[in-house]
Amino acid sequence: MTVPTSEQLLSGLKSHDPRAIGRAISVVENNGEGAAAILAGLDRDILQKVVVLGITGPPGAGKSTLSSGIVKNLRSAGKRVGIIAVDPSSPISGGAILGDRIRMMDHALDPDVVVRSMATRGRLGGLCASAGATVRIMAAAECELILIETVGVGQSEMDIVQLADITIMVLAPGFGDDIQAMKAGLLEVADFLVVNKSDQPGASGLIMDMEQTFSAKEEESGIARVLETVASENRGIRELLERVDRFNGYLLDSGLKEQRRSRALNAETLDWILEMLRPRFLQAMEKTSMENDPRIRAKELIRTTLRLHSTDTQE
Amino acid sequence: MTTEQTPYRVLIGKPGLDGHDRGAKFIARALRDQGFEVIYTGIRRTAAEIAATAIQEDVDVVGLSSLSGAHLRLFPEVVSELEARGGADIPVLGGGVIPDEDIATLLENGLTGIFTPGTPADTIISSFIEASQRHRDHDSSNK
Amino acid sequence: MSRKNRYSDWQENELAASLNRFPERKEEFSLHGGAEIPRLALPENMDDSYFEKLGFPGRYPYTRGVQPTMYRGRFWTMRQYAGFSSAAESNKRYRYLLEQGTTGLSVAFDLPTQIGYDSDDAMAMGEVGKVGVAIDTLADMEMLFKDIPLDKISTSMTINSPAIVLLAMYIVVAEKQGIAADKLRGTIQNDVLKEYVARGTYIFPPRPSLGLITDIFQWCSSNMPLFNTISISGYHIREAGSTAAQEVAFTLANGITYVQTALDAGLELDHFARRLAFFFNASSNLLEEVAKFRAARRLWARLMKNRFGAKKPASMMMRFHTQTAGSSLAAQQIDNNIVRVTIQALAAVFGGTQSLHTNSRDEALSLPTEDSVRTALRTQQIIAHESGVADTVDPFAGSYYIEQLTDSIELAAEELISKIEQKGGVVACIEDGFIQRQIEQAAYDYQKEIESGERVIVGVNRFQIDEEEKPELLRVDPAVEAAQTAALRNIRNSRDDKAVHATLSTLKEAAESGGNLMEPIIAAVRVYASLGEICTVLREIFGEYRD
Repeated sequence: MTVPTSEQLLSGLKSHDPRAIGRAISVVENNGEGAAAILAGLDRDILQKVVVLGITGPPGAGKSTLSSGIVKNLRSAGKRVGIIAVDPSSPISGGAILGDRIRMMDHALDPDVVVRSMATRGRLGGLCASAGATVRIMAAAECELILIETVGVGQSEMDIVQLADITIMVLAPGFGDDIQAMKAGLLEVADFLVVNKSDQPGASGLIMDMEQTFSAKEEESGIARVLETVASENRGIRELLERVDRFNGYLLDSGLKEQRRSRALNAETLDWILEMLRPRFLQAMEKTSMENDPRIRAKELIRTTLRLHSTDTQE
Repeated sequence: MTTEQTPYRVLIGKPGLDGHDRGAKFIARALRDQGFEVIYTGIRRTAAEIAATAIQEDVDVVGLSSLSGAHLRLFPEVVSELEARGGADIPVLGGGVIPDEDIATLLENGLTGIFTPGTPADTIISSFIEASQRHRDHDSSNK
Repeated sequence: MSRKNRYSDWQENELAASLNRFPERKEEFSLHGGAEIPRLALPENMDDSYFEKLGFPGRYPYTRGVQPTMYRGRFWTMRQYAGFSSAAESNKRYRYLLEQGTTGLSVAFDLPTQIGYDSDDAMAMGEVGKVGVAIDTLADMEMLFKDIPLDKISTSMTINSPAIVLLAMYIVVAEKQGIAADKLRGTIQNDVLKEYVARGTYIFPPRPSLGLITDIFQWCSSNMPLFNTISISGYHIREAGSTAAQEVAFTLANGITYVQTALDAGLELDHFARRLAFFFNASSNLLEEVAKFRAARRLWARLMKNRFGAKKPASMMMRFHTQTAGSSLAAQQIDNNIVRVTIQALAAVFGGTQSLHTNSRDEALSLPTEDSVRTALRTQQIIAHESGVADTVDPFAGSYYIEQLTDSIELAAEELISKIEQKGGVVACIEDGFIQRQIEQAAYDYQKEIESGERVIVGVNRFQIDEEEKPELLRVDPAVEAAQTAALRNIRNSRDDKAVHATLSTLKEAAESGGNLMEPIIAAVRVYASLGEICTVLREIFGEYRD
């Protein structure tokens, strides 16, 4: 097949062509030729109607199973869904095993479930750039709800919180130490806390503990933020989605959604800046001596590099 | 491959009912260690599921593994499912317990390469690199 | 009791009882020239540590074997796993094996059967009859055992998730031969936990699967007392690439889970524990494998006694089947595989196995031909009759290295089992992928060593030759799928559909209410409800597992 033009890809998005969606994401993710044309051609209005849901949590808590369950529920409600499943890249080889796909395989033949596995790729600016662009491509392909799923450790977790309208943290009984360590961060990060595998020993204690941690947050919106699920048996998921829906309404009414969207766009813009500058600085670095302290060297590089090229921007 | 180059994306799939995934998982990891982004479908997938996923994930190559003797049916089925979904350009490599006399049949039926037990990992990885690069060159030459 | 007295106590009790029941194969065992071969070689000084760690064969902790005379009484059961294409073809192969002196049958089912799909299911495409025999209904099972009297042989069936259905069919086939269930001997694998981590033929999620296993334990302990209701299998864990210590640890951790589940369901420990069997891999490192078998036996005995409070010796004895390592076979210079299998089989015998399958030389290429299967069986017969290793009990005991290695494998396995329990037990560790990751890492490291040449595999990464001659391979006729599907259609057309629907809805009600499913399933297979139909009912209620 010949490589489609940006126009062809854009019209493919509208007609839900899986090949066009996949290719458009690759072009943008790889910052390839045509990325700008695709991004410029996306319908911006449609984005306002979309809900971007971030899901994070420690490995083994049942994140992928919960995502799959959410997809199942949304599909039975007739909604078209996008999923961005993020896995870490190896810092040594740059490669990655994108294993979250396994739990989405049940939806492989459903044309209204659009999945993209994405590696963190050790990007300078984090994930926001590529994942944010993917959100907009999926929105243009008429996905109504877009899930971003990532392992709840390290940088990528903070990235998706910045991108998402609403963030869900998934925990399960039996992660004692991890949970204690995460607790402080939880409050700031998550809108909802899901205790998955709530049929297992230790669940009720964990739920009580979390309800306490989250009680302050609930006062603002009047929506309870701690939920129980048994994702493997599809229990509690409908309730979760109802609350997410109500919370989305609250965000819209209170103007918080707009704030969060602006924050996401800023984060993404910053990522793109760093992403675009990276090759130029790598090149410039080779030409400077290593004698100076790195901080001094950096300042010098910024001064010379940006002044020299102040008018051209790299695609 | 360095991190500065865009990584190749490959899909490793196990069509059919065979659950022996030691080889498939080893290849997935070995490819990861060579800088590939590897989408692993897990065991027990239909040809249609594998093809649809390959298209959706926009991979450069599909790698299949089967140890149950069902390769003559399942591998070409993946090729034709890819064709039916507009992915005829995506090369398909296969491995497993495959008698020599089946190799020619599989190649005639659209497979790009076949690996039998004992093939060194380096040989397999080279084939993935070559097939991925060819897939990308094919893209750019058609611009 | 003094040391000397302990020995005479063993002689008067375990040994005398055993000799009384099973006389030894020969009146006298001796070397060529007449020197006597001792039944049981012992150290000159038996100290406390000897009794604690080794003791006597047939007595706790069973390190030296589960029977007092071991192979001087009776050789291990030579049990060759076989089955392919149709029930009629497999029946022919079984009768051939019985004529050749095999002493137990071992049924291989095809993948659709193992995963609960009928041969006409879309999921079965290309797989029907490939790695084993296709069984859709009772009619196939009747054909499979045609003219084989089920009270005269013991039958092992490699079936896990739908084990309850195949067991029900076996019971009904026997019934039609006029043989009651309490006369049947054999084993069903029925070990679903390892399917999630190593072998992949799961159907339902772990928890309802454990329920089915408990139903079998319960029903069989009253109705089928001679049948081993589970074969807790490390074999496939090892094939998936685990280390020897991991094989022991994960297998015994699974065993603990089955025992606990049965206890929770109210079963009496000493009532069902004697019907638990094990299944291990015999890999190529002979010394490590010998130590592994001895360590596993000792650890299980200690667990059953100290942790679960077993009272009867039979509950503490680990009896196991062994198969040589399929994954060690090379596709290059395949005759070398005969040598590999010989070494592995020796490890199993030195390790005190109760039954053994030896792989055939051509299995890295396809299913084995009849000739290859015969050579594999002959390998066991040569070890049994010619090598002399069966003439004395536990000949490696007291080797400094073997005893050290036995201790260290036991310790490593014990530590890994505690780790699993700290993480919430086997099911939790399957769900979060802990066990899978451990195996995957070990497999990866091992393969890396082969790739780098650090680990030599003769004929594969060293001492290669150009091979011109292609061995003759067994091929399953692709027509089998169509024939099997047509036969199934005939059954569906000729059976009593009303009875099928009635039994299936009874089954559904029983599954919903959490009752024992054995009787409802026996009733359904008797009227020719198919395996797929029965599993569909259970899938609807239990759900399906995906990795």
